[in-house]
Amino acid sequence: MAAREAGAFRLGRLERSALTGVLVREIVNFSSFWRSSTFSSTVEPTIYFLAFGFGFGSLVSKIGGFDYIDFVATGTVATAVLFSSAFPAMFGTFVKYQFQRTYDAILAAPVDTEELVTAEALWIATRAGVYGCMPMVVGIAFGLDPSWGMLVVPLIGWIAGFGWACFGIMIAGFAKSFENFNYVVSAVLTPLFLVAGTFFPLDNLPEWAQFLANFNPLHHCVELVRHAVFGWQGLEDLARVGALLAFGLVLWRIAIRAMTQKLVD
Amino acid sequence: MEPELAIRLRGVVKRYGPITAVDHLDLDVPMGTCVGLLGPNGAGKSTTMRLLTAQSIADEGELEVLGFHLPEESKMARAQSGVTPQLDNLDTTLTVEQNLLVFAHLYRIGRADRRAAIEHALEMAMLVDRRDSRVDKLSGGMRRRLLIARALIHRPRLVLLDEPTVGLDPQVRQGIWALIDALRSEGTTILMSTHYIEEAQRLADTVLIMSHGSAVASGSPSELVLEHAGREVLEVYGPPVRLAEVEAEAKATGLQTRRTGTSVSILNVDGVTSWPAGERRPANLEDVFVLLTGEEIA
Repeated sequence: MAAREAGAFRLGRLERSALTGVLVREIVNFSSFWRSSTFSSTVEPTIYFLAFGFGFGSLVSKIGGFDYIDFVATGTVATAVLFSSAFPAMFGTFVKYQFQRTYDAILAAPVDTEELVTAEALWIATRAGVYGCMPMVVGIAFGLDPSWGMLVVPLIGWIAGFGWACFGIMIAGFAKSFENFNYVVSAVLTPLFLVAGTFFPLDNLPEWAQFLANFNPLHHCVELVRHAVFGWQGLEDLARVGALLAFGLVLWRIAIRAMTQKLVD
Repeated sequence: MEPELAIRLRGVVKRYGPITAVDHLDLDVPMGTCVGLLGPNGAGKSTTMRLLTAQSIADEGELEVLGFHLPEESKMARAQSGVTPQLDNLDTTLTVEQNLLVFAHLYRIGRADRRAAIEHALEMAMLVDRRDSRVDKLSGGMRRRLLIARALIHRPRLVLLDEPTVGLDPQVRQGIWALIDALRSEGTTILMSTHYIEEAQRLADTVLIMSHGSAVASGSPSELVLEHAGREVLEVYGPPVRLAEVEAEAKATGLQTRRTGTSVSILNVDGVTSWPAGERRPANLEDVFVLLTGEEIA
């Protein structure tokens, strides 16, 4: 009496076709708003440089052994990665399940929550890897010298972006309402953003703050980008890559749990 | 021999805290038939639909869809089913065609067949000349047709329609019915939830009436009417006091009644000839529905 078709196929976990399906949706959607994303990700660092470069840079010409413009142009890559991953992940995920009910539609197709979260994070990471480079590219116009190491920067941005994307999805999974995001932005993202070594080196901070910075993924991203552009630091950088990978891996699993709780009752 | 079942539920229970949304539900949907889940709002129809795609996980009971056990094998069942949700979740900033393209990928249609699948879906939805329109520029009826066609893109063996015409104008509803009827005549198995009596009566081979999470009756619309409301109903009009009297008299004779706002309907009056002023009319599914669920229809 079973209606199961002869030779019915078993479907596994993290299937490529399921990931592709979700990615295609994101890509098709992106094709309708890429202009505005590209505009803001180019204009924002330009404004940063004008403000900090001419404002701050006229007071301090050298910082941590770098020209101030070089220091900021590499540091803000991590900021751009954060802003183009954690924020879209948080707000986008919330909008897609709460208001647009997109995830209801996707989960009715042969896609599991694990695949949905993974594909969304992969897509956001890719965007963050590309848009993360914009401050560096704009920085070149402001006097940053091109180097071969810059070619690795999109990859660093991708790894950090994946972690932040999973962070954002996890927060959206736990959030009861849009207002909950305020706590996360003020209490988590803003401190991490300021104590990352983006605008000033952390050497002058108290010991404990420097120690805590080791737990800030944004700090590792800032240092890795700087080292990629100005010279690698061997084992130290390897450890930083390891830290970013661990950050991504742990939050990836937590994000899947959080969203499963949210989407399947 | 038992017919092949596309859906088989036995003793399914789903609780949300103190509320039991689905309460020991049994449901059979034979292959190639259209089954209507008829019930008032809050009867557990939508929860049942979510259980069938494993977007809700049952607390008790057995669930089988297309021969696959849920929730473990749900993904295989979902690959061969199409789902139209009650709430529109189309991508509104994309075009009609882009929406279909995304679902052609989600339902794993190979590159070679994708074009033809999208064309077929556009034709079913009668949206061939609107393929490049953004969804937020479409009328409500067009959006609903697209929502249904999106679920049909991979030619599923089973289609789940959750309140397919809720909130639509009567003439638009007719269009959706035609679409569902076409699907039915192609031999697709359909499970449809609705709280519109007429919809169930027109489209469903079998109707399952749900109330408070469980099935209170099932059968073909005509069987249900005959069994529960008889052939004829006597409708008596009058002031409230008169209606109360009529109700009491009927009860004393062992007949069942239901209020219809300005009148009282006395069910199953086929053999009874002694009743006074009133209009005799054929019994209908609405009589059965109100009698069994105790709910009026909006």
